[in-house]
Amino acid sequence: MDWHRIRSDFPILDQQVNGHPLVYLDSAASSQKPRAVINALSHYYERDNANVHRALHELSARATDAFEGARKKAARFIGAASEDEIIFTRGCTEGINLVANSWGGQNLKPGDVILVTGMEHHSNLVPWQLLAQRTGATLKHIPVLEDGTLDPAAIESLLNEQVKLFAFVHISNSLGTINPARELCAKAKAVGAVTLLDGAQSVGHLPVNVAELGCDFLVFSGHKMCAPTGIGVLYGRMALLEKMPPWHGGGEMILSVTLEGSTYKPPPHRFEAGTPDIAGVIGLGAAIDYLEAIGLENIHRHDHNLSNYAVQCMSEVPGIRILGPQSGQRGSLVAFHLDYAHPHDLVEFANSHGIAMRGGHHCTQPLMKRFKVPGTTRASFYFYNTIEEINRLVEVLHAARKFFT
Amino acid sequence: MPLSDELRDLYQQVILDHSKNPRNRGEIPPPCLHAHGDNPSCGDEIDVWLRLAENGHIEELKFTGQGCAISQASASMMTQKIKGKSREQAAIMREDFRRIVMGDGAPQDEDALGELILLEGVQKFPQRVKCAMLAWRALEQALEEKS
Repeated sequence: MDWHRIRSDFPILDQQVNGHPLVYLDSAASSQKPRAVINALSHYYERDNANVHRALHELSARATDAFEGARKKAARFIGAASEDEIIFTRGCTEGINLVANSWGGQNLKPGDVILVTGMEHHSNLVPWQLLAQRTGATLKHIPVLEDGTLDPAAIESLLNEQVKLFAFVHISNSLGTINPARELCAKAKAVGAVTLLDGAQSVGHLPVNVAELGCDFLVFSGHKMCAPTGIGVLYGRMALLEKMPPWHGGGEMILSVTLEGSTYKPPPHRFEAGTPDIAGVIGLGAAIDYLEAIGLENIHRHDHNLSNYAVQCMSEVPGIRILGPQSGQRGSLVAFHLDYAHPHDLVEFANSHGIAMRGGHHCTQPLMKRFKVPGTTRASFYFYNTIEEINRLVEVLHAARKFFT
Repeated sequence: MPLSDELRDLYQQVILDHSKNPRNRGEIPPPCLHAHGDNPSCGDEIDVWLRLAENGHIEELKFTGQGCAISQASASMMTQKIKGKSREQAAIMREDFRRIVMGDGAPQDEDALGELILLEGVQKFPQRVKCAMLAWRALEQALEEKS
């Protein structure tokens, strides 16, 4: 692979920040966008812009084709049985809230258990807390071990017949841990629990196939995989989706409306009230085309090389504590704590050298408490990053040590 | 590795020294006034503990908590400068300090701020204003407890 040429697909990366070449190491928060995606948005707005589904005119037909075409792409991308299993959302957060409100409201009762893990992003925790309060169900979690993996004994004891829903993250945004999704979904299925996989950090980074993994729901966000912000996908198995009540009411989701009541479309449109983010969906389709042209296996291999190299080099920085798995497979991010610099000071220091990182709790406050750190600094990578950029980061970590001690 | 002037201004030696060796760190046993301040977006936390003398002046002032160098240094320097001041003087200093870190006009009594002036480098880093103000917000709350 010519990763250098691929990097040049991202116009934003070619700039100076604070007098240094930009080193963008915050892709776990939001990825950068290739020209192909930016062009798809421009093309839509310059040539095809119109509302979808309703009008019979030419532009609406083009917009609708592009919009529904992206749904087919998304279905193929994650191995869904049909494009009708793809619901467009604003992102992971909205997808999880949709399942909590629609499926959760209909299926949970007092005594039922919602199971999560101790490494969930707040977006895969708070909606379940709200649902538990509303339904009287109990929320439990699988603890995280010191090495950043889930406690296998707790999985065995907690994942039992009381569990109606098991929602867990595929790749932890704070640890880099890759959870064994296939194995966990199989265990959940064996006790009759429905599974929701949070693919925020995995989809677009490695091949994710819902049929192979065996999950019932999968959520992912476009903006973390080269697509625009404000668009994401909820995949749901049709057998579940077709029984679920609507969540938001409005236009686009109805079959017929009287002043007394309404009937609703089948999935996915039942769950897509109002004018959707048409440009976002088209951008997502372009991002999927772009990623597939590079190949998800290639992206995964490159990601893996970068994060492995980063862990190796960063381990040698004095006073560093790297959270999560120290060897083997990990997601393309390294979160760490330095005993001489608070994450915000380090991020500020790095920023003055043109390096973009994130410091804080990364929306995983329970995990920060678990590892007894106020927050961490996170360097996260994508296929456009280079070994040279990691070397720059390591140099800056050494310089920060001199500066802050 | 060259460092920018803005960064050197933000992290002056005095500031780094206060953050590494904070003064007046600890709790004051009751009875005392106390307030907790936090920045939910970044997780920084500071508790301010103070005791008023009979004449209403701030007789003793301490802080606990954790956060970045800016929030820690600001808290440490604040406890030194506020001790012995009246509530009214403290309120003026708080406003003057806010003006300094936000670059929002001249302070009324620059001399009273003393080395706190060194934190004016924060002006160039607007997202760090909340770090510098964290202890001061807690101080204001603790004083309000009284009224």
